[in-house]
Amino acid sequence: MVELEELREIDFTRPRERPPIELLKRAANQVRRDVVTMLAEAGSGHPGGSLSIAEIITALYLAYMRHNPADPEWPERDRFVLSKGHACPALYSILSLCGYFERDALSTLRRLGSILQGHPDSKRCPGVEISSGSLGQGLSTALGMALAAKMDGRTYRVFAMIGDGESEEGQIWECAMAAAHYKANNLIVALDNNELQIDGPIREVVNPHPFPEKWQAFGWRVVGPADGHDFRSIFAALDEALSPDSRPSICIFRTLKGKGVHFMENQVEWHGKAPDKQQLAQALSDLDQQ
Amino acid sequence: MTKDVSETTEKIATRDAYGEVLVELGETHPEIVVLDADLSKSTRTEKFAKRFPDRFFQMGVAEANMMGVAAGLARCGKTAFASSFSIFASGRAWEQVRNTICYSALNVKIVATHGGVSVGADGSSHQCIEDFATMGAIPTLRVICPCDGPETGRAIRAIAEAKGPFYVRLGRAKVPTVTDADAPFELGKGIVLREGGDVVLFACGIAVAGALAAREALAADGLGAAVIDLHTLKPLDEDLVEDWASRTGAAVTAEEHVLRGGLGSAVAMTLGRRCPVPLECVGIDDQFGQSGEPEQLFQYYGLTADHIAEAARRAVARRQ
Ligand SMILES: Cc1ncc(C[n+]2csc(CCOP(=O)(O)OP(=O)(O)O)c2C)c(N)n1
Ligand SMILES: [Mg+2]
Repeated sequence: MVELEELREIDFTRPRERPPIELLKRAANQVRRDVVTMLAEAGSGHPGGSLSIAEIITALYLAYMRHNPADPEWPERDRFVLSKGHACPALYSILSLCGYFERDALSTLRRLGSILQGHPDSKRCPGVEISSGSLGQGLSTALGMALAAKMDGRTYRVFAMIGDGESEEGQIWECAMAAAHYKANNLIVALDNNELQIDGPIREVVNPHPFPEKWQAFGWRVVGPADGHDFRSIFAALDEALSPDSRPSICIFRTLKGKGVHFMENQVEWHGKAPDKQQLAQALSDLDQQ
Repeated sequence: MTKDVSETTEKIATRDAYGEVLVELGETHPEIVVLDADLSKSTRTEKFAKRFPDRFFQMGVAEANMMGVAAGLARCGKTAFASSFSIFASGRAWEQVRNTICYSALNVKIVATHGGVSVGADGSSHQCIEDFATMGAIPTLRVICPCDGPETGRAIRAIAEAKGPFYVRLGRAKVPTVTDADAPFELGKGIVLREGGDVVLFACGIAVAGALAAREALAADGLGAAVIDLHTLKPLDEDLVEDWASRTGAAVTAEEHVLRGGLGSAVAMTLGRRCPVPLECVGIDDQFGQSGEPEQLFQYYGLTADHIAEAARRAVARRQ
């Protein structure tokens, strides 16, 4: 478990020392606990792809991004776009841990009138940069934000998280082409390569591999593959992606869908269903061990 | 034959007016950026591109990505004008407009040229006749179709100042100027171009000139027709529609669009609720367009001034 006070000590607006890995691990564990708890309460949602990004999103929000929970629209903030919008329970969790809204709100996920819609709604939820949920679209918005930064001479960076199944969308590649053309080197993409989508393994549905060659051919700097569940590996990848280059960067993170809950790990059927009470207890007990 | 308004007045394509006003706005509005998808020569955004190269984004033949990038720029404070042909802006990128631009309430102005069959020789693949329906169905998206060059200028200026997403349909062909250079323009407010007591002709876009010409033909029959320019299809000026339907007791709509889901449908819904009077709708009846000269196509699809006048006579006859 992570104590909110521990996180409140961090000034997210500044470039900063990395919090200790031990703290980040507990925060990622908290994200996972929140994800399964929220989904069980809501009775629906997407656990697999939320659990697979827990470390990456924790590293971004706690260690890398400059942002301001007290002023979500702070113009200098680094932007984060969750292009794979169905993983929003993880985003909601980290936003609440950072203090964008009360932790109580998590229990309203997917309820009528909630700020926490089934897929992210930027009009309702503070800290959500832009609405997403229709796959393939978020990355283009991230490019727009990156281009705006350059026009305005601002130094913020734009991070976007995409899925490996999502990478089958043509719009991803339209954007890949345009981002390289415009030398959007302030755009950093994290690819959650968990090898699964809804109808099965990505290699069986319509194989989007090989990722490194494809992105390289589109003119991007390719970082990794890195271990998306190991903070040292994540740091190394993000550090490289943030080092000077004229190209946009993509970090390929190898991950396990459903990571941290043994009966969900690498299981296609846990893409989009909520745990029941008993499964929740099992999941939380798994997470207690970690 | 009715008198053709087009023979008597200056003609300018609404896309040309758009190209001009964008450059004007660019001078005074540094937050304006423009995106195009390899059609900037035709949509006339090229003028802006030449004047403000740093604020123009050529996105290539990739309309879906263009809409997303426009959304991202808007999210960072830009007023983003995204242009392409209306079939691609409204068709190819419909879901990007809905889910990314409109659902996030972003300041993106989709200005689509080459609407309707008046595109001409390129044929059906390039003649968008469904955009009022498809774009109008998107919650919160406002839909405008100006009738001539000067009104296009006023509409573009108005949406540049207004917050949030808009869809504007413009045309390829030159159209007669039917509004005054200093005519008022208010979003969502129709304009009474001519008064008349026997029938009211509601029109938008290029059909406004047709309605004015139809009015002259009807005058020869002794029928007084009011002509109302409903440049904003959504939100529709329901008060004005009700007012003139109740004054005249017979109504006609005219548009370069399929009948289902366009101006006629919108007016019918208003009249059905607020002022049921005989209504005749001029538009395309569930068919695709085809190659041809614009005038030939208007004749073929039943969109000419004569067709509008005939519809007015039917409406008047039904009232009596
Ligand atoms: C355009 C679009 N098509 C289909 C869906 C339904 N959908 C939701 S998640 C998903 C699979 C995504 O796979 P991946 O990107 O690998 O997600 P992850 O494994 O990270 O959960 C699909 C098809 C969608 N949200 N958007
Ligand atoms: Mg996947």
